Amino acid sequence: MEYKLTYKEYREALKQNKLLGLKCQNCGSVTVPPKLVCRSCASMDLEVLELKGAGKIQTFTTCNVASEGRESEVPYTILLVELDEGPWLMGNLTGVDPEKATMETLIGKRVKMTETRIFPGDKYSAGEGASPTFVLEA
Amino acid sequence: MRKVAVVGVGETKFSGPQERTSVELFAEAAAEALTESNLKPKDIQALYLGNVLGDFSEGQGSMQAFAAENIGCFNVPANRYEGACASASMAVRDAWMWVASGFYDVVLAGGVERAATMGTPLATRTFAMFSDSRYEFPSGITFPAVFAMLAHLYAAKYGVPLPKLKEQLAAVSVQSYKYGMFNPQAHLRKEVTMEAVLSSFMVSTPLQLHDCCPFSDGAAALVLASEETAKKLTSKPVFVVGAGQASNGPLANQQEYLPRLRARELSAKQAYEMAGLKPEDIDICELHDCFSIASLIAAESLGFFDYGTSGEAWAKGEADIGGKVAINTSGGLKAKGHPIGATGAGQVYEIAKQLREEVEPERQVEGGRIGMTDTLGGDGCTLVNLILQRGW
Repeated sequence: MEYKLTYKEYREALKQNKLLGLKCQNCGSVTVPPKLVCRSCASMDLEVLELKGAGKIQTFTTCNVASEGRESEVPYTILLVELDEGPWLMGNLTGVDPEKATMETLIGKRVKMTETRIFPGDKYSAGEGASPTFVLEA
Repeated sequence: MRKVAVVGVGETKFSGPQERTSVELFAEAAAEALTESNLKPKDIQALYLGNVLGDFSEGQGSMQAFAAENIGCFNVPANRYEGACASASMAVRDAWMWVASGFYDVVLAGGVERAATMGTPLATRTFAMFSDSRYEFPSGITFPAVFAMLAHLYAAKYGVPLPKLKEQLAAVSVQSYKYGMFNPQAHLRKEVTMEAVLSSFMVSTPLQLHDCCPFSDGAAALVLASEETAKKLTSKPVFVVGAGQASNGPLANQQEYLPRLRARELSAKQAYEMAGLKPEDIDICELHDCFSIASLIAAESLGFFDYGTSGEAWAKGEADIGGKVAINTSGGLKAKGHPIGATGAGQVYEIAKQLREEVEPERQVEGGRIGMTDTLGGDGCTLVNLILQRGW
């Protein structure tokens, strides 16, 4: 069994502002973040593809209380984006004052990926991480 | 499968940070459950213990073995369960299964946690471990942020204007605080008004401090016995008549199903089908109100109210004593508290006490016959439901 797209490969691409996913050769669904099987039909017949990194904001929150070690990041806005290829993805929003993020200004609005925010890691995280980061489309 | 009964329950007061160890807290709850059951430690054949963060709160792993020995259940098989906030309910369900199967006759189940002892920064970090550490934690996700996003999604999907939803959510918290006032076991025992909820600190938009449950220390325990054994131990057995459990992956992967949590709907369906009961048969429910919005989402998926309408139901008293179903008469996670590894066992404790009509008069449901628990772990990654029925 070949694991088609590992976390490390996904993260390294994301650091280059590229969003990788998996295209199911059985049902056509796109899976992101990656896993062993297709999210829809559980087939292992998958091929890596690069996604457009664009979609629509489904929901958001502006977070004022962070985890230990990340206190200096607040306030920040987290999104769930419905990507054009279908999957929903968690990420951050930049270019909008977090204090001014509202349902009216964000939900349903189109976003595209910009420079990826890096989480340098903490003592629990087994290394660094990368968060897909979005801006509102002009 | 044999019928299985809860024959005795025990619980510490849920509280803020305190100095008793996890093993000591569990011992208090276990001793009470054993005494109620008219049993000695040597009668217990196995221990199933929920404990999530002992490793972080006091540097203690393998809590189950130390807890078993401490209470005199020497050398019994002891299992620890980690399903985030649903851990104790997983333990109770497995204990039920082993007694139902005939392998054991008498099992002790429960849980313990010292979430408050960790303090807010470490507790926030460790609770975020129940989200996807690789694909979601880099964004800075926290547990309040998960439910905050579900609150905005709920408002958008069901067309409830946010100011109206905020008032409905405040009413949920006010009801929980009201019952917590009359529950001597509760962590937060104070009257909180709508105005106080709506003017409290904004944790993660749109959820404010009084929309969120506290981090609590505490323990709960119960003894499960086969029907035949139960008859010899108590005149008031509370039978486990339905049980369900399901899992789900990271939050974003639940996509268009949100704000509903699919695992809950699968778990509840299993429990209802096993019991041969419907939502309208439930008199009392302890559901997982880690955040006020979580109450609305849970009540709808459990079938008590239509999607998008449970805020109105709370406002009309339909989720209160005397309404359609009495929800969180203990004060819920909001006021009773949330020592995560113990929470599910604490819910069973409340239902058993309610069915036995042993709670304070201000929060007693008269003549209740059937109760239900609903326990959620993580972003919907573990869901457990139990249905309990009075056996006399």
